[in-house]
Amino acid sequence: MAEQRDIAAGRLDQAAYLAGFSIDAKVPLDQGRALIEASRCYFCYDAPCVEACPTGIDIPSFIRKISTRNTRGAALDILEPNIFGGACARVCPVEELCEEACVRDAQETKPVSIGLLQRFATDRFFETGEQPFARAPATGKKIAVVGAGPAGLAGAHRLARLGHAVTVYDAREKAGGLNEYGIAAYKVVDGFAQKEVDFILGVGGITVETGKALGKDLTLDALRRDFDAVFLAVGQAGVRAVGVSGEDIIGVEPAVDFIARLRQAADLAALPVGRRVVVIGGGNTAIDAAIQSRRLGAGDVTMVYRRGPDDMGATDHEQEFAKTDGVKIKYWAKPVRFMGTDGALTGVEFESTRITGGKIEGTGDTFVVPADMVLTAVGQMLVDDPITKNAKEPLSVVGGRIVTDGHGRTSLKGVYAGGDCVEGKDLTVQAVEDGKNAALAIDGDLRG
Amino acid sequence: MADLRNNFAGIRSPNPFWLASGPPTDKAYNVERAFEAGWGGVIWKTVGEPVVNVSSRYGANAYNGTRVAGFTNIELISDRSVEINLREIKEVKKRWPDRAVVVSLMVPCEEPIWESILHQVNETGCDGVELNFGCPHGMSERGMGAAVGQVPEYVAMVTRWAKQHSRVPVIVKLTPNVNDVLFPAQAAVDGNADAVSLINTVASVIGVDLDTMSPLPEVNGKGSHGGYCGPAVKPIALRMIGDIAREFGPDLRISGIGGISTWHDAAEHIAMGAANVQVCTAAMHQGFKIVEDMIDGLSNWMDSKGYRTLDDFRGHAIPNYVRWENLDMNYEIVARIDQDACIKCGLCHIACEDTAHQAITARTNGTRRYEVIDKECVGCNLCMLVCPVENCITMERVDNGKPYTQWSEDPRNPANRVAAE
Repeated sequence: MAEQRDIAAGRLDQAAYLAGFSIDAKVPLDQGRALIEASRCYFCYDAPCVEACPTGIDIPSFIRKISTRNTRGAALDILEPNIFGGACARVCPVEELCEEACVRDAQETKPVSIGLLQRFATDRFFETGEQPFARAPATGKKIAVVGAGPAGLAGAHRLARLGHAVTVYDAREKAGGLNEYGIAAYKVVDGFAQKEVDFILGVGGITVETGKALGKDLTLDALRRDFDAVFLAVGQAGVRAVGVSGEDIIGVEPAVDFIARLRQAADLAALPVGRRVVVIGGGNTAIDAAIQSRRLGAGDVTMVYRRGPDDMGATDHEQEFAKTDGVKIKYWAKPVRFMGTDGALTGVEFESTRITGGKIEGTGDTFVVPADMVLTAVGQMLVDDPITKNAKEPLSVVGGRIVTDGHGRTSLKGVYAGGDCVEGKDLTVQAVEDGKNAALAIDGDLRG
Repeated sequence: MADLRNNFAGIRSPNPFWLASGPPTDKAYNVERAFEAGWGGVIWKTVGEPVVNVSSRYGANAYNGTRVAGFTNIELISDRSVEINLREIKEVKKRWPDRAVVVSLMVPCEEPIWESILHQVNETGCDGVELNFGCPHGMSERGMGAAVGQVPEYVAMVTRWAKQHSRVPVIVKLTPNVNDVLFPAQAAVDGNADAVSLINTVASVIGVDLDTMSPLPEVNGKGSHGGYCGPAVKPIALRMIGDIAREFGPDLRISGIGGISTWHDAAEHIAMGAANVQVCTAAMHQGFKIVEDMIDGLSNWMDSKGYRTLDDFRGHAIPNYVRWENLDMNYEIVARIDQDACIKCGLCHIACEDTAHQAITARTNGTRRYEVIDKECVGCNLCMLVCPVENCITMERVDNGKPYTQWSEDPRNPANRVAAE
């Protein structure tokens, strides 16, 4: 007799769902703690933290302003170069960016908590409800942005400020991109992602059309015809397959779909989760899926990654966070096949791996991890078909990324791209910088 | 083991750490807690015609996360009656015979009044009196405190009365709110004072509330100037104590007051000529227990230096406390930056570049490297002072082979050039 697959909703009481998903992963600073932390900043000259920030926020300046209680000034120091300063304060891997560069880290292995200070300044500012940015006189130029994630909205915001009329299209129902659909819930509690979108759109001059997908409702050729410029910020909508047998067994699904469903769920208690969950992959998506399935009540969550801890896309900090939540991380193993009985998942067979001559290879030893649910997170990719298919002129795509000149210009005149669909760090903060830079390039090119 | 026993102008205490006249020594309860904690002596909060104190009374400077870097008060002398204060003093002295109990006094400048109160004080068995000629606020507007201390003739006059009517040593407490502290110090000596103590608080306004537009501390929307003390005033105290010690020599006993929070601060006061020290703000900030490390730390440091008694190093900085024109014009130092210790904050560079001598590099071949350009460095210390890493920047002597030359002999002195021509 086949073992009953144990997958169920409502494994926890309401308080546990609240604790798991509605409480900030990092405790925000209050005024007193912010002042103490701000006082630790040396106000470096030529500060290494600034160099480490993809958006180049003047970190010593905003921290000094916090310390003098000029919180509005601090927030504007952040939001001027990075309109997603609020999201970045929550989701940036600061331990690999500004905080890793902090001279305090060199001095005492305890950097200034730049992320938390940025959060403090932006949170306080958003509480005021002020809209600090104004639009330049209208230029009469129309620009289409495809994708309402961080890259698209950062680009749209800058373009709107510069006086252009912007239309943002997104295939999903809501704007926000990964901030709305992809980031773990406990990193952006209290509906922050939508509040931030509202703040960004509050500058004016931006029309958002959701439920409009490129290749279905829109074509690049039509956009190029109808607009003065097009900014592609389509991200990586495709999910990489694991590529072993049994991937179609019920109970195996991409982690991004699981997370999106979770982020949009009105009632977490209605969301089914397996008793035993296996997550395949080593990036932040894998970590987020693993932690969130634990927090939905999965009794046993195992992440399996084919290489070692240092090779993981997820930072040490993220890995530790997952372990604290009771996630087991198994390194050096790759999936061989998904196993099922009568089409229902029973587990995953793995083969141990090792590095030989710089290449990863199976050792021949195999083992089975029983599972009621498997979430795959082995990478995402650009879906270029809707962009390039039937196009009059081809858009250059290399290695699954749209090719740009470093300022967002693609191989097509009047078409720009940025964010996860181009080469670079696949981070919110990089997407914001890409959006900002592409907007500046568009503006410069249009003004000639 | 160092001997910390102190004989201050005939007043004996087991250690040189006394609590200064102020809120911590207002009544028997506090003073006995202080003695239990280990303090060597107290100056009982100033006794006189009782006053009424206001609310609030204190203000403080917080600097870069440090609370109470400076402190101010607008409190007056004791608001309790002379009788209650003197009765408690008598009781406390009886219970703590080995500790120094000195009574601070402030009454109007009339001899009969001083005579009367001193006769009462004599009955308490206290070890000494301290004449409060320093308080810069409130009392001075009534012709007492700093109003006396700022007029050398009054200082000498009242000191004489006190000496005449007191059976115990008389300490004159000096105000720093004068152009030259040597004049009131001379007046105290002229009045036959047994010792001086300084500094009292510095007349000041600690801050302004930008919402109410009231100076701080605020009393129902208004503020008046107060007396500044705490760590921030130590440099003012060291200078004035040093001036007096240099001028009057080691026979004039000085009780050092001003910004003493640690044994190190105390040792500096003593090196500049103080025979013992008084503490107030630090105790108000962190309680009486701080005296434990003051005693322990001073003792350990003295052992490490081979000083057996306090007198072994009292005033030892005074021979080196010279006037500017006696400094060596040929002494030369330059900054050295330890590249292994450097954390690349760039503060040395920007301080030198913006405000000093453009003597520190910023980037070399695109990477941050802060290095001293010797020919531009004047040895001012600024980079060393702003560097957040201990001992990362040091000042190194340049052996220029030139002899000690003071300004009067220096060929660069215009007076010498004229003479040569």
